[in-house]
This record gives sequence, C-alpha cells and structure tokens, in this order.
Amino acid sequence: MSLIGVEVEALLYLFAAVCFILALKGLSSPKSARRGNLLGALGALVGVVTVFLAEELSNIGWILIVIGVGSALSVPASRMVKMTQMPQLVALFNGVGGGAAAIVALLELGVADTLGFLIAVAFTIFVGSVSFSGSVVTFAKLQELMTTRPVMFKGQPIVMVLLSVATVTGAVWVVADGNLLMGTILMVIGLVMGVLLVLPVGGADVPIVISLLNAMTGLAVAASGLVLDNTLLLVAGTLVGASGTILTRAMASAMGRSVANTIFGAFKGGSTAGSTEMSDRPVKSGSAEDVAILLGYAQRVIVVPGYGLAVAQAQHTMYELTKALEEKGIEVVFGIHPVAGRMPGHMNVLLAEANVPYEVLQEMDEVNPQFKTADVCLVVGANDVVNPAAKTSPGSPIYGMPILNAGDAKQVVFLKRSMRPGFAGIENELLFEQNTTLLFGDAKDSLSKVLSAVKAL
Amino acid sequence: MDAINILTFFVLSVFVGFEVVSKVSSTLHTPLMSGANAIHGIILVGAILVAGHADSTWKLVLALLAVLMATVNLVGGFVVTDRMLEMFGGKKKASEGNAS
Repeated sequence: MSLIGVEVEALLYLFAAVCFILALKGLSSPKSARRGNLLGALGALVGVVTVFLAEELSNIGWILIVIGVGSALSVPASRMVKMTQMPQLVALFNGVGGGAAAIVALLELGVADTLGFLIAVAFTIFVGSVSFSGSVVTFAKLQELMTTRPVMFKGQPIVMVLLSVATVTGAVWVVADGNLLMGTILMVIGLVMGVLLVLPVGGADVPIVISLLNAMTGLAVAASGLVLDNTLLLVAGTLVGASGTILTRAMASAMGRSVANTIFGAFKGGSTAGSTEMSDRPVKSGSAEDVAILLGYAQRVIVVPGYGLAVAQAQHTMYELTKALEEKGIEVVFGIHPVAGRMPGHMNVLLAEANVPYEVLQEMDEVNPQFKTADVCLVVGANDVVNPAAKTSPGSPIYGMPILNAGDAKQVVFLKRSMRPGFAGIENELLFEQNTTLLFGDAKDSLSKVLSAVKAL
Repeated sequence: MDAINILTFFVLSVFVGFEVVSKVSSTLHTPLMSGANAIHGIILVGAILVAGHADSTWKLVLALLAVLMATVNLVGGFVVTDRMLEMFGGKKKASEGNAS
C-alpha cells in the first residue's frame, strides 16, 4: 500500500530535483562546493525515501539489506582511498552506476509496450553497458593494472565498424521484438564496445574519458526515467548528461584537443604510441646540495608539481621546503597545470591535503608569463605538462596541449625517479637542455635532502 | 507521462545542466565531476522499483545486483566528493590562520 499520494510523491521528487540543480550550482564555486554536495546527498535521500513511501513494493527486506551492504562497501572505500587513487575510484563508481541503469532497463523489457518506451530501453541497455565496461578499463589503466599507453590491434577500425553495425541491428531488434534474449545480446555488444572504445585512449587522456562516460551514464539514467515513468530519474540523469558534456569539453580544451580526437586520435596516426625506451643521451645530474644552492640563491622560484610528487606522498615535505625558502626571503609560487595529477584539478586537491595555502597556487595562464623572470623552476614529479614537444613537434601525442613554460626559467631543476618518460610516454627535450639539472630519486627523499641542505646554507 | 511532457522536462533539464556548470574553474573540475557522478547514482530509485516489482527469483537477484551497484555509486560518490571538498575547506582555514 502506498503511504503517500501521487501529488505528494511528485512534490518530493521535485524537491529532490531542485536539490540536484543547487548541488551542481554549488559545486561550481569553492565557497559553496561542500554545501552543494551535501544538498545533493539530501536530494538523493529524499528521492530514495519517496520511492519506498509512494510505491507498493515487495522484497523490501532484501532491498534494504542490499542497500546496507552497498553502503558498508562504499563508505569505507571512499573514506580510506588515497587521494592519489581517487580518479580510479570515481571511474569505478561511475561504471557501477551505468551497469545498474543497464540492468534496470533489461528487466523492464518484459513490461515494455510502446515504441518510445522500447527505444529508451534499448538506449539505456547499450549506453549503460558501454559506460560500465569502459569505466572498468579506465580503472585498470589508472590503477596501472594494465598498460597506460594506447592499446591497438590490427583491424581494430574494422571491428569497430562491425560492432557499430551490430549495435544498430541489435537495438532495432530490441525495439521491434522486445525479447529478453535480444536485450542481453545488446548488453554484451555494449560491454565489448566500451572496452574497445577506451583501450586506444592514451593514459593522459583517460580523465576526459571518465568525464565522458560520466555524462553517458547520466543519459542512460535519464532514459531509464522514461522507461520507469519517473521524472526524478529523467531530470537528474539529463542534468548530469548535460553538465557532464560541458565539463568534458572544458577538460578537453584544457588539454588542447577535441573530445573526438581524444577518443579516436589513436586511430588516425600510428605515431601516437610513445616510446618506453629509456634514453641514453647525456643529461646533467646534480646532488641535493647543488639543487639547494640553486634554490637558496634564487629570488624567485616556481614549483611545478606533478603526479610523482603525490605518489611519493611528498606534498608535506614540499610545503616545508617552500616555507624554508620563504624564510630566506625567496618568493615561491606553485604553477598548477590544469591537468596536473590524473584529473583536472586533482593537484589542487592533493596540495590542499598538505595545507598549502590557496594564494601560492597559480593557474597556468597566471603563472606562464612569470617563468621568464624566475631564477629557478623546480619540477617535482611532473613531465608531460612541461614538455616542449606539445608546442614543437606536431607528431607528438601531446601536441597542442598547453604547457607550463618551465624552459623559460633561468635554471630548471627536475626531481625525477628515473629517465622513464611520463604518463603519456613521450621523451622530454627539456631534460637535455644546458640549464637543466636533474636530481634522481624518490621525490620525498630528494625533497628532504634538499630541505636539509637549504637549511644548512 | 506523455511525450510532450517528457520532451519539456528533457529540454529544460539540458539547459539547466549547461547553465549551472558553464563558468567553473579548472580547480573544481574534479569535485564537480565526482559530484555529478554521485547524482546519477539516483538510478538507485529505478533499481528499487524494479526489485520491488520483481516476480521471479532470477529477476529479483539481477535487480538486487542493480540496487547494490547503484548504492555504491550514490553513497560512495557523495562521500568521496565530500572528502575532497573537506580538504578545500581545511586549506581555507589554514590560510585564515596565517593571516591572523
């Protein structure tokens, strides 16, 4: 028996939808972001409670148990995940959402009757499945369970074309016939498609793909709202689909490429697969003391932090070094590339974790003109974001990506683990320049050594 | 719901979705993506509906799988976003502390 009437149900769903809109709005500005997210959670809670009150449901015991299990799994995972591994967790969460939408639509196939309904079912099954398997591959790439470079095999374009034909055929069949078997086959096609779409994407472009899959899951959820005749799903899914599309484009333009190029780029040239070869060209490597002297007698230092800094958990040491330099009257700013880390804005989150004040973090456009007047640019665990190949070599996979002009500084110091190329797998010419000094080692070790050497100056 | 209503909901939601995130700085891309990701976890409502109306065991099992996945998306999504934003908050406090 339903406990509330249709009007009350509709009002509660409206309330939840408004919460979601305010949540997205809030998340767009630093001040209101946290409140925005909490509003979103409130909207979700209201939505879920409403469905229990408004519908006559059986199996409520089971449903509640499973919700409990799901929460018990996801809350500790979200609480304990290292901030460096957060992108893959977001990818995973996105994937299971898409998978859930696909299953929901598949199960509704038996009750399907009208044409529009069946189209929405086919759409949700397919897009949800693509999002699920695509996210799983993304997760594997970010977790480095598999290679981060583009994976291609011979005849892949042909396979993709055949799969697209199969998708259309399968979808038409589901719409025409509406049986469960065809729905399941469409689901499998979607799963294969998701894997093949993401495999050729190179490591550095993975964040854009997460965002794209996020938007796709949103659309799948919107379509499932049609299937279930539920306005909240329709509105919430569409909101995520639309905002996710904008966000994907914003991220892609931050990396200087189009979304289509990100997905299909690997098909066009053969040259996008970078090299893993370590170079044996000569470089100038220095000791921690050399680096300390460079830093200690500088007037302006720009730090370019990268994922390597975060992996080594060296944010705190980095900040101590910053403070030590500032005590000597040296001006230190951080130049943050929009895609530093593994996701746009990831580095800001990581540095925030180490209490680095907001004021010293400067965005790319702000900091780029300052490199010319900087005495030292200290690049810690970053590579691709300062790689001049993005400007100079059109064949390079990162060509066109805006970079930080680290090379304009009088001296460039790289703290690196080895000569291995970065996430995108391309060699960095900057490493071989005359005014570049390299200090090899774990970022945290190197920074502590430099820190004590600076203090001893 | 008739087709025109659905279309109205859809088109208006697209515009709202475009509008609310149109001017976001790259600093907040990660939390915003994560927050949007959590919001589509509302598919949990759909999963609950399907599970509540399941008329055979295998349907119930599949639907409960959907409930599980959707819960992970929804709950995990909001928690991890909050954790990211907590750090932004901490940073603000720290800089206020320095100023005073």
